[in-house]
Amino acid sequence: MRAKFLIPLGIFMVLVGFLAAGLRLKPSEVPSPLVGKPAPAFTLPTLSDPNKSFSPADFRGRVWLLNVWASWCVACKEEHPVLMDLARQNKVTIVGLDYKDQRDAALTFLQRGGDPYRFSVVDESGRVGIDYGVYGVPETFLIDREGVIRYKHIGPVTPKVLEEKILPLVAALGQQ
Amino acid sequence: MRQVCLLLIGVALASVGFAQTGAREALPLAQDPIVEKRLNEIAEEMRCLVCQNESLAGSRSELALDLRREIRTLIREGKSNQQIRDFMVARYGDFVLYRPPVKSTTLFLWIGPFVLMAGGFLALIVALQRRKRNRLTTVLSTADMKRAETLLKGEK
Amino acid sequence: MIAEIGHFALILALCASFIQGVIPLIGAQRGRSDWIALARPTCQTSFVLVGISFAALTWCFYVNDFSVAYVAGHSNTQLPIMYRLSAVWGGHEGSLLLWVFMLVSWAFSVAQLSKTLDSAMVARVLAVLGLITFGLLLFVLFTSNPFNRLFPVPAEGRDLNPLLQDPGLIFHPPMLYMGYVGLSVAFAFAIAALIAGQLDAAWARWSRPWTTVAWAFLTFGIALGSWWAYYELGWGGWWFWDPVENASFVPWLIATALIHSLAMTEKRGSFKSWTVLLAIAGFSMSLLGTFLVRSGVLTSVHAFATDPTRGIFILLLFSIVVGTSLTLFAWRASQVKSIGHFEIVSRESFILMGNVFLVVAAGSVLLGTLYPLLIDALSLGKISVGPPYFNAVFVPLMTPVALLMAFTPLMRWKQDRLPEAVLRIKWAGVTAGLAAVIMPLLMGQWTPLVALGCFLAVWVGGSVVIQVAGRLRSGFPPISYWGMQFAHFGIAVFMIGVTMVGGFQEEKDVRMDIGDSVTVGGHQLVFKNLASVRGPNYMAARGTFEMRREGRVLRELYPEKRNYFSSSMPMTEAGIDIGLTRDIYVSLGEPLEGSAWAVRVYYKPFVDWIWGGCVLMGLGGFFAIADRRYRTAKVKRHSLVLGSKAAA
Repeated sequence: MRAKFLIPLGIFMVLVGFLAAGLRLKPSEVPSPLVGKPAPAFTLPTLSDPNKSFSPADFRGRVWLLNVWASWCVACKEEHPVLMDLARQNKVTIVGLDYKDQRDAALTFLQRGGDPYRFSVVDESGRVGIDYGVYGVPETFLIDREGVIRYKHIGPVTPKVLEEKILPLVAALGQQ
Repeated sequence: MRQVCLLLIGVALASVGFAQTGAREALPLAQDPIVEKRLNEIAEEMRCLVCQNESLAGSRSELALDLRREIRTLIREGKSNQQIRDFMVARYGDFVLYRPPVKSTTLFLWIGPFVLMAGGFLALIVALQRRKRNRLTTVLSTADMKRAETLLKGEK
Repeated sequence: MIAEIGHFALILALCASFIQGVIPLIGAQRGRSDWIALARPTCQTSFVLVGISFAALTWCFYVNDFSVAYVAGHSNTQLPIMYRLSAVWGGHEGSLLLWVFMLVSWAFSVAQLSKTLDSAMVARVLAVLGLITFGLLLFVLFTSNPFNRLFPVPAEGRDLNPLLQDPGLIFHPPMLYMGYVGLSVAFAFAIAALIAGQLDAAWARWSRPWTTVAWAFLTFGIALGSWWAYYELGWGGWWFWDPVENASFVPWLIATALIHSLAMTEKRGSFKSWTVLLAIAGFSMSLLGTFLVRSGVLTSVHAFATDPTRGIFILLLFSIVVGTSLTLFAWRASQVKSIGHFEIVSRESFILMGNVFLVVAAGSVLLGTLYPLLIDALSLGKISVGPPYFNAVFVPLMTPVALLMAFTPLMRWKQDRLPEAVLRIKWAGVTAGLAAVIMPLLMGQWTPLVALGCFLAVWVGGSVVIQVAGRLRSGFPPISYWGMQFAHFGIAVFMIGVTMVGGFQEEKDVRMDIGDSVTVGGHQLVFKNLASVRGPNYMAARGTFEMRREGRVLRELYPEKRNYFSSSMPMTEAGIDIGLTRDIYVSLGEPLEGSAWAVRVYYKPFVDWIWGGCVLMGLGGFFAIADRRYRTAKVKRHSLVLGSKAAA
């Protein structure tokens, strides 16, 4: 007789457990299903010279970062100094994906803050962004020697993220 | 006679003119209503990823506009609804679907309510039958039976 | 200065509610009448103090005191006066203060209207309410103080979210909270009864009117929210199964089960433990809803901007309140014996069956709402659960409830025979069957889902007609009889609305220039004119649309596209022609090239029956408590006096 009256309490405790766990989650962050899959192919013109183009296949054999940015993006300004720093350390190549932007505005942005990118490619329509599951700017992808996406970071890259997630992974991938 | 004819023609033209002041019928906003209809069917069951819980069909955000444009292209290319859904899930994950896919992790979600309903119904029937049985099989102890008999005899 | 008074009043209320929560409770256990007697006065004091605090905050809004951070964040000088006042509950801190004010108001009402109830019982009930008030005031004072000052004082406030600048949004939160928070009374009665070990018909009789009123307010509150979303958001929808909407719907479902269960316990002495559990569950769901909306745990348009500390605090409060109650339940409920014998085929068991289905429905909505969180917490991925899921699951779950709703009132208590019961309802069955075939065809197209909706609606409505016809033979029944009939009939009306709108609405998205027309639902809408209009705190483009039917001009509609000075998001105000059998809805989209605009028009058949049905339901609730028995204060005292005189 007693036991069945404890069922509501039991269910309740399980519920509270989940709710407590829920407080530490980020409900609107969309994890990428592309991690562990080959980076989607594309051919886009570069920012500095529209006659030159780039595809991810060109970088087979090296570990590199693809950073999605735009001149109109406020958080990108936040992230920019961190990227500049990373570029100076020269540990990994950074390629920019200029997302839904105007060429002139983009060039001005890089003039003002400096250019941490080996080069940037221009995705004016955002079509390549869709293939990469981009939903907000900035986003950063870590791609390995085989052209497989190994890590995606949503939001501005911080020194902490670099230290804890990205650089160790770069080093590990570099060894192979 | 000629004046009557002219008058009749004039009246005829005038009435045609009046009929034309019924307004011009508006054209649908969409280029292709059939494509648009399918787009709405699909997009209504998808999430706008940058909104606070809105469907892809209703959202006015930039990303939603881009994604709707993309889906229209896919529809025109002849892709089926399922193929379009797969396209979106491949890029954004299951999160983009408002109708959760039926997989091992969502089995509890889809089956749960019906299992609960059946279970609740059964539990109720069992509880009611137990009640009935308890009532029927409540037996008096022999001492109580004797007491009852004495009392009943005493009443006569 | 006023803000400080408001703040200080809250601190005093904290003390008062603490005393209210602790002393009378111990007093009732120990039999100390002086401690018991503290219940009412402390309760009245808490009410007055929180009232002062609420009034103080309202005053700050009225005079545009931007040195108070909350006022600066939700109001400005150009805001029309009525929105300046309703902005009090436009944000987290203020709406929470409203929550607490509702709680102390309910407690105050219980204190004032319980003169004939045993004083120890009253003490316990008020004490439980006092403890809850104490917990919430701690939350307000430590994490969500509406009276925090802001330096330097801004010259102008930020403005109330334009979406909230609407009459519907003036009444929706207060009504909703009246309902939500009102369930605390049933909860308090249940806990008091468990503590006292006294679960009798009297407890059920006392709880019933309070629960019914809370349920009625909750019904009105949810309906208002739905209607507001329909006419304000411009997409013509009325329910999105958004987590916050669900957070109010789950308590409603539980409360519906509760009012039926309380009726059983009062009339037949049965289901006592189940009713107590429902009473605990109802208010628990209210608290859970409060947590979900303010903790940031779920994504919703409705959710208040908040931080994790608040989430932890509410979760703690929730755990303590509900955890203690359920422990008490596990301990004491096993000692409760329910009387009342009834067969498997009887009105009692059928009501119980309806209860089970309602609770399962509530559980399913909760499951769907929390599932994304569950999956994410278990690191099993990230999914969304939206309207397609809820619509697919909810309709099959509620169909048995609708079937039972018509059948059960025609059943006999204790014992009945199915074949005979079926015969009693045969006319409703036949009419419903005919309706299922004919009605969809009359509207234009037969589909199984629409047929089901029509069947269930006429089934329930027909049963009401049969019951009323039978009852009228023995004279005109008192108001309270009409309670159940109005409520059930309201559901039938609601179902017609939902079925017809879902099955037969028309939508057209067109490009219109001045002079163009579009036809929808047999009505022609002509775009006559576009004007620029200035409101108190916005600029609007107002379109004039002439609505015609069969050539005759019926009226004009004025949809607007507003740009509020304080916000970058444009707002749509739809132009709606409200009719008994349909709404014609016009909404401006974006301006196109030249003078053309993107316009969206809807034909919404029977859509107002959705909210009309809800109004009938709520009215039914109010009729039900007009029962003569609840006006017993005078009668009882009179008979007590007579009785004592006779004994002497």
